[in-house]
Amino acid sequence: MNDPTHDHWLDRPANVKRLWRGFLVVLVLTVAAEGLVHLHPHFEIESVFGFNAWFGFGACAAMIVVAKGLALLLKRPDGYYGKSDD
Amino acid sequence: MTELVFHPGLVLIVGALLLAPLRGALRSAAVVALPLAALALVWQVPDGAAWQLRWLDYTLTPLQGDKLSRLFATIFALMAAGGGLFALGQKSRVEVPAAFVYAGSAIGVALAGDLVTVFVFWELMAVGSTLVLWSQGSGTSYRAARRYLMVHLLGGVVLFAGITGHIAQTGNVAFTRMAPDSLAQVLILIGFLINAGAPPLSAWLPDAYPEASWSGTVFLSAFTTKTAVYVLIRGFPGTELLIWVGLFMVFYGIVYALLENDMRRILAYSIVNQVGFMIAGIGIGTEMALNGAAAHAFTHIIYKALLLMSAGSVLMMTGRRKCSELGGLFHTMPLTTVCGTIGALAISSFPLTSGFVSKSMVSQAAADGHLLAVWLALTAASAGVFLHAGIKFPWFVFFQKDSGLRPAEPPASMQWAMVVFAALCIGLGVWAQPLYALLPYAVKYEPYTWGHVVTQLQLLLFSGLAFFVMLPYLKRTLTITLDTDWLWRRLGAAAAQAVTRTVNQGRKAFDASWSHTVTTLMAAAERRYGPDSRMARPWSTGTMAFAVLVLLLGYLLLYYL
Repeated sequence: MNDPTHDHWLDRPANVKRLWRGFLVVLVLTVAAEGLVHLHPHFEIESVFGFNAWFGFGACAAMIVVAKGLALLLKRPDGYYGKSDD
Repeated sequence: MTELVFHPGLVLIVGALLLAPLRGALRSAAVVALPLAALALVWQVPDGAAWQLRWLDYTLTPLQGDKLSRLFATIFALMAAGGGLFALGQKSRVEVPAAFVYAGSAIGVALAGDLVTVFVFWELMAVGSTLVLWSQGSGTSYRAARRYLMVHLLGGVVLFAGITGHIAQTGNVAFTRMAPDSLAQVLILIGFLINAGAPPLSAWLPDAYPEASWSGTVFLSAFTTKTAVYVLIRGFPGTELLIWVGLFMVFYGIVYALLENDMRRILAYSIVNQVGFMIAGIGIGTEMALNGAAAHAFTHIIYKALLLMSAGSVLMMTGRRKCSELGGLFHTMPLTTVCGTIGALAISSFPLTSGFVSKSMVSQAAADGHLLAVWLALTAASAGVFLHAGIKFPWFVFFQKDSGLRPAEPPASMQWAMVVFAALCIGLGVWAQPLYALLPYAVKYEPYTWGHVVTQLQLLLFSGLAFFVMLPYLKRTLTITLDTDWLWRRLGAAAAQAVTRTVNQGRKAFDASWSHTVTTLMAAAERRYGPDSRMARPWSTGTMAFAVLVLLLGYLLLYYL
């Protein structure tokens, strides 16, 4: 793993940390922007502060939990249907 | 009707057969030029019936144009051109011609004015797509193609029964709007839905598509499910059942894609997910919703092809297909990474990409109709798309841990195909008017309001946060998740074996206990009726005449009794 291509700027932990910080700032900004733009909601629930933020996060978390639950029942080893021959 | 109009689908199909023996530069030129010629011909098809012919007692309309037909025929032809460019280096001599037969048939369905023509091209699509799968060449793909064909032949039989019943009932072969209120129309709807990847047979799609070659899956992703979307828009708009079928598909696709390890199977599940949005839109059935479904089919074909091109490039250059064996490819495949990521952003409906201007119309239609539950489900699903395809695919394939793989970029023709489709993803996202002008109804929708951009960014970025926060739960393992194909790969096979075993055992038991009696009976029958028996000997005319006389007398007697 000593080839020169390995040392990409994305490989340095410091840069990854910077990306994370930037990401968090953008997250805060998108929620803060709610105060600046007209949202014209169709349903009452959309008017709750940061609706899309918490709804999106919650929906994703719920889907991951459901998927993990389903996996308990339906997960099988890779070669369940026999080995692939390619 | 009298003026000469070429059928773009037939041109592509016949061209595909002529293409097969070509070699070298001539072949390469033809592979790209042929679909573009078909595309030009699509735009020569006038509104209304262009070809008509009498067949049995019916007037068939094999070629007919309107905005909806042209929209789908356009994207099918465009897809064939892009896919052909991507597949220029394909070693298999069968795959591209088969794919063009497949694409030409899809165009044929889109431009068909009657149900008989729809059915003929529908079945031809099944043949073309099976050949695309087969041409991959491995035993695995051969078996997958066989299962795929079985499901589609079943769907074809159901559709045929429905069409026959419909024609018998109405005396009309025209393909117009129907309602599923009697058996015939229900069968047609089921036939259409099987090809759309709807439950319960949806597993045919993620089972088969990832077994095609690096270029084959790109073709497969585009035509079958989207012709199903087209026929549903034309045949069953506003059928409420479709809302719930669509929503089921949306979440089924997400959950299975989250558990999947094969990179192209993730994208296959995400086809079901995306088609679910379209089918929900068809179920809502307003002009906005149908426009949304049609527009989403158009943009989806482009970005899904782009995603599968990037996955195909990875497969070709590394020979690996599992997320658990990939990662860190951005080091040496920057162009593929960027193009794959653009596809991933487009499928997630990020602002400035094509998905943003199409999918949002379906959500808007749900909001306009005050369908709160449907709207909430669609919003949750939009978040889920980013989760299972938007981040998961590029993250596990191009980033995550460093797998140590350092593959080069794919050949130039593949890079060009990706660049063109990536440009289309962004182009349509930035400038949606050309697409909106093609839609079946007038568009009264503006995707770029600040409110829409901000809420969509919130939704997607917080979904992204959820992905990285919960990453430990998403780590890929060497596993598969059982789907409904288990019913025919395991349960059905086991049932067939059990029946065979029981029948064989029964026969053995029968032979053991009855063989002596049977042998005696057979010998007696042989003595009486065999070639040397009394019955087989030639009889004299007198005896025969006497026998007939007795028979006739008996008949006379019985008649008067």
